[in-house]
Amino acid sequence: MSTIQIEDVSRWYGNVVAVNGVTMTIGPGVTGLLGPNGAGKSTLIHMMGGFLEPSSGGLSLDGEPIWRNPSVYRHIGLVPERESGYDFLTGEQFIVSMAKLHRLPDPEAAARRAIGRVEMDYAAARTIGTYSKGMKQRIKMASALVHDPAVLLLDEPFNGMDPRQRLQLMDLIRQMAAEGRTILFSSHILEEVERLATHIEVIVAGRHAASGDFRQIRRLMTDRPHVFALRSSDDRALAAAIIADGSARSVRLTEQGLEVETTDFERFTRLVPQLARKAEIRLREVSPADESLESVFSYLVGN
Amino acid sequence: MNTTIAYITFRGMLGRRRALLLFFLPAILILLALALRLTGNDTQDDGAAILWTFGLAVLLPLLSLIAGTGVIGPEIDDGQIMYVLTKPISRTSVIVTKYLCAVVLIVAFAVLPLWLAGAIMLGPDSDLPWAFAVGAFLGGLAYCSIFTALAVATRQAVTVGLIYALVWESLLGNFAPGTQTLSVQQWALTVVDRLTSSSTITASVGLPLSAVLLVLVTAAGLALATARLRTLTLASAD
Repeated sequence: MSTIQIEDVSRWYGNVVAVNGVTMTIGPGVTGLLGPNGAGKSTLIHMMGGFLEPSSGGLSLDGEPIWRNPSVYRHIGLVPERESGYDFLTGEQFIVSMAKLHRLPDPEAAARRAIGRVEMDYAAARTIGTYSKGMKQRIKMASALVHDPAVLLLDEPFNGMDPRQRLQLMDLIRQMAAEGRTILFSSHILEEVERLATHIEVIVAGRHAASGDFRQIRRLMTDRPHVFALRSSDDRALAAAIIADGSARSVRLTEQGLEVETTDFERFTRLVPQLARKAEIRLREVSPADESLESVFSYLVGN
Repeated sequence: MNTTIAYITFRGMLGRRRALLLFFLPAILILLALALRLTGNDTQDDGAAILWTFGLAVLLPLLSLIAGTGVIGPEIDDGQIMYVLTKPISRTSVIVTKYLCAVVLIVAFAVLPLWLAGAIMLGPDSDLPWAFAVGAFLGGLAYCSIFTALAVATRQAVTVGLIYALVWESLLGNFAPGTQTLSVQQWALTVVDRLTSSSTITASVGLPLSAVLLVLVTAAGLALATARLRTLTLASAD
């Protein structure tokens, strides 16, 4: 069981702050690092992987500093986002080489195990240059697994994968978490994080915006003013009913229908159909007007 | 020295199109030597002139540039160096291995062809081929160290290396003899001059100074490369 400790870490490039005073602890299980593109997720993962010096603050793995300490790689497996393997090696040569670099006692057997775990046996004899994006992702995963590390850092692991590969990788990550590993993966897609992570850290514009399990994050993301667009058979009557109920903060009558701002997402979505039925109004459309992840994130940062 | 890193490095250097570059210049040198031999122009002066102006002044720095930057530069540019750096291996061991790979390549593609071309032109009795081989080897040790360090320190390693080899050493060396003191080519030439009885080679830098500078530059290059690799920031992290 391993823990990564991030303490008041900042990283800036010239005048641009990429990561700003982040403190978090990544323990066993699956942690999702959620944030929009450009939020600083990769910068943070690179610092956790010892590839980037924090401009201030410190990172440690079980008390050992990570920066300039190659011995931590005995316990860390890192899957970078963009870098591919060595295109001119076959999958098997690549993984065996990685096992040898780790000085494992039986590199061939370790490589076979790792390749088996990511289900790449059938393509292990082909050169990596001929692999599809999903296959490259899996062979990178095998390279990070070959020494059976306690900590796995995955930067956007699902990028470019088809739905089936995505499910396979999710299964693999769950299995490895069940074995007691500490796994951190980054994503800008809420749904991926929800399905896989037992713990979520949200990072927006370099700041640590929220932390908790998926329910807490869900609540944070839904307990905020939501704007809905509604169309119905009688907009004025519906507006009156909504105002009378009190779950809305404002109701605006527009040419296209109603624009309702509510502070209680769940109550409002349950309430609207009931109100409509009672007042005998036919609902034609109920749609959230600002559901983009970016607006959710910007709300979180605003608080 | 790490044999796995060496294996990957050689596969990367020799398995791709870049390998053609390594073969190209030595092939020209040997063809030139054969042509001179067959046309009967293989005098001591001509032979020494070709070994110097083409072998030591062009072939050796260019091959060292290709080998010294090629063993690590592309891996840093493409980010694959990450797979080596995420292993519990000291950065010194990574650099020393990469450096030795470059040295092996220049022995195969510069030092041996130089000796062979010399032997073709001047015959087995002349001491010039051996002198040039030893001089090229010692110069190559320094060049590879400089160019490996450049490849770790800057993405423009090939450009900077070319400017050093062609502008500083060759061009400025001709017009401003003072710059020759800081020229790997001249240090190598000093060694050649000392090892041969032939009077066709005259070096402008003394042997003790050349030897000290060769050792210093080689050591400094390796130290710089190791230090830079320790704090290497990959482009994708920005």
